[in-house]
Amino acid sequence: MTKTMTGAKMVVQALIDQGVDTVFGYPGGAVLPIYDEIFQQNSIKHVLVRHEQGAVHAAEGYARSTGKPGVALVTSGPGATNAVTGLTDALMDSIPIIVLTGQVPTFMIGSDAFQECDTVGITRPCTKHNWLVKETDKLSSVLHEAFHIATSGRPGPVVIDIPKDVQFATGKYTEARQVETHYNPQVKGDMEMITELAEAMETAKRPVFYTGGGVINSGPAASQLLRELVAETGFPITSTLMGLGCYPASGDNWLGMLGMHGLYEANMAMHDCDLMINIGARFDDRITGRLDAFSPGSTKAHIDIDASSINKVIKVDIPILGDVAHVLEDLLNVWKSRGRKTNKEAVQKWWGQINEWRKVDCLKFEQKGKVIKPQYALSRLQELTKNHDRYICTEVGQHQMWAAQYLDFEDPNRWMTSGGLGTMGYGFPASIGVQMGHPDALVINVAGEASWLMNMQELGTAMQYKLPVKQFILNNERLGMVRQWQELLHGERYSSSWSESLPDFVKLAEAFGAKGIICSDPDDLDDAIMEMLNHDGPVLFDCLVEKHENCFPMIPSGKPHNEMLLGENADTANAIKSDGAVMV
Amino acid sequence: MSPLKIKKGSTSHSAYDLRPTFSDKEERHTLAVLVENEPGVLSRVIGLFAGRGYNIDSLTVAEVDHLGHRSRITIVTSGTPQIIVQIKAQLGRIVDVHKVNDLTVEGPSVERELALFKVQGTGEHRIEAIRLADIFRASVVDSTLESFVFEITGTSEKIDAFAELMQPLGLTEIARTGVAALARGSVA
Repeated sequence: MTKTMTGAKMVVQALIDQGVDTVFGYPGGAVLPIYDEIFQQNSIKHVLVRHEQGAVHAAEGYARSTGKPGVALVTSGPGATNAVTGLTDALMDSIPIIVLTGQVPTFMIGSDAFQECDTVGITRPCTKHNWLVKETDKLSSVLHEAFHIATSGRPGPVVIDIPKDVQFATGKYTEARQVETHYNPQVKGDMEMITELAEAMETAKRPVFYTGGGVINSGPAASQLLRELVAETGFPITSTLMGLGCYPASGDNWLGMLGMHGLYEANMAMHDCDLMINIGARFDDRITGRLDAFSPGSTKAHIDIDASSINKVIKVDIPILGDVAHVLEDLLNVWKSRGRKTNKEAVQKWWGQINEWRKVDCLKFEQKGKVIKPQYALSRLQELTKNHDRYICTEVGQHQMWAAQYLDFEDPNRWMTSGGLGTMGYGFPASIGVQMGHPDALVINVAGEASWLMNMQELGTAMQYKLPVKQFILNNERLGMVRQWQELLHGERYSSSWSESLPDFVKLAEAFGAKGIICSDPDDLDDAIMEMLNHDGPVLFDCLVEKHENCFPMIPSGKPHNEMLLGENADTANAIKSDGAVMV
Repeated sequence: MSPLKIKKGSTSHSAYDLRPTFSDKEERHTLAVLVENEPGVLSRVIGLFAGRGYNIDSLTVAEVDHLGHRSRITIVTSGTPQIIVQIKAQLGRIVDVHKVNDLTVEGPSVERELALFKVQGTGEHRIEAIRLADIFRASVVDSTLESFVFEITGTSEKIDAFAELMQPLGLTEIARTGVAALARGSVA
């Protein structure tokens, strides 16, 4: 029996059929029929954000922390354009989200109608795929296909633009199982290549696993298989910013994060290894540093679901196109069946070298005096929250790098940060999405004061839905990372990189009905953090920190991995040469 | 450089040639892209080229299978081998793209382009123009006492050569279709 219903009803029906329980959105003229349907049902919870960018980041936070696709619903015109930053963010970090946009009625498209914009045109380069649905009969199959495309292969954001007359009109509802799609990316890796990698692992003297967000996107099984592979081989493992949590920070073989602000031992291992096994990472420029000096002596294997990631910037010797979990399963089987061999003696020697690098203790810092060091604040946050069911979001900047360095992640999907796009203002709405997906968990957004202000309106959302998200603001009254680069690159001319006229964050919190805490004395910090944790409701924690602290270690742009700047005694003057200065 | 002595060379069993030996020399490649005939699909393809800074030397697009809802886009592009591989992979990523064939490397192929030339002139120039057109097997599709419109089909190089010869004979306007190309042999 074919069901017929209005387009607006189809939207809600398709979301229910796809297992959606939460939608983040903001109403407007062109989505009123859908909002009317949402009003008349109880299966899906709608979270009213305060800005459409917040809706998309919240959907991202929900998706990253649950492994399910996130859904946002916004109106035409400004609703859609406000969603663009979130869509681009999700595209860069491969986050599956479905964004539904209202559109002016089909007969008004192209007439410069009120709140009209070319949504599919604007979002074409910042989505994995998008649709303008002009017929109600086609709407439900597009909705189902959208979920398939967003979540399969390399995940990403999709947009469905739905004109208002299509929402009002009645049409046939197609069930999800009836929808045919030609989009079925290859998930199994090539066995010949996998065997070649197993062979390389048997003889490698200085191997390293270089893992990324692809492990997390591949699902919990991928992290499980990775852990088994690391335990079985005894090889060291590092991860990109996006991959934190795929291997536990407490694991014996963990080297810490790599890259521009990665750990010394991780970057040195990358530079000196003879076998690099890239699992679901993409040789991003934050990772590689100077390309022609990137890990010059290594054989490189690369497991990736996206063919365009392979050989894009770094030539690899063993390319494996496929899903991480599928490939790791086959790799483990092949390697085991060949006798579980590794070059134990050489790998042990390699560990000796790595342990030498570890002695540099590149994250050491000294908390002295009456001003809180940001590293100290995060170390205390780590210590006081490590036994909680904890999810961490961040904004973008120095605090983000410090959070990656000083907080430990034991499991995947616990770390939500804007990696590829570097979106200031991501963390707060993302934390709202995470808390919606995990109502009983501890959700903390580590923020800088400038980033946090970019989407501070969402404090209203957190209050309305009683989401006890903790906003841990490392307030240095500076755009810290900008300031750091100006110090390194622009002769300490701090052009527009300080935060003037900052609000009183405690009063700001109270104005929304939330709790505000201010802390400036290291001796008070533990108590203040405990007060934050013990408060049942949103907290704005204004942690006043050292204003001129730089984020180290650092690979200056244009430099290779083995030329890192370490600690506060680093010679930062002229650290970046003219060829590196053009890079960001 | 590799201390592990892993054999190098391209693989023939992958969806894409993932292990090429790259050179820095620019190459010209003709790509046949079979796409879903959806609104916006051309925009996706050319947006990819514009957004990522790839070259389009020639572009042809038309529906080729009405029932199957398929269009064929023929793109002539140029770049280093690494860029060409990347272009193919990026095209393959577009959801509406069914198939990407690199006619330049996947065996022999034929390429043809159609062009219309307007040539104005009288006397000797006019006679020379029609004589050259005959040599190039171009046909006259419109004629006035002072002008011809020639239709010519052939490779891009042939059309370039014809344009060069017509230039001093009163060439005033050219319309070219861009390249259409197919692999030789029976395999589709």
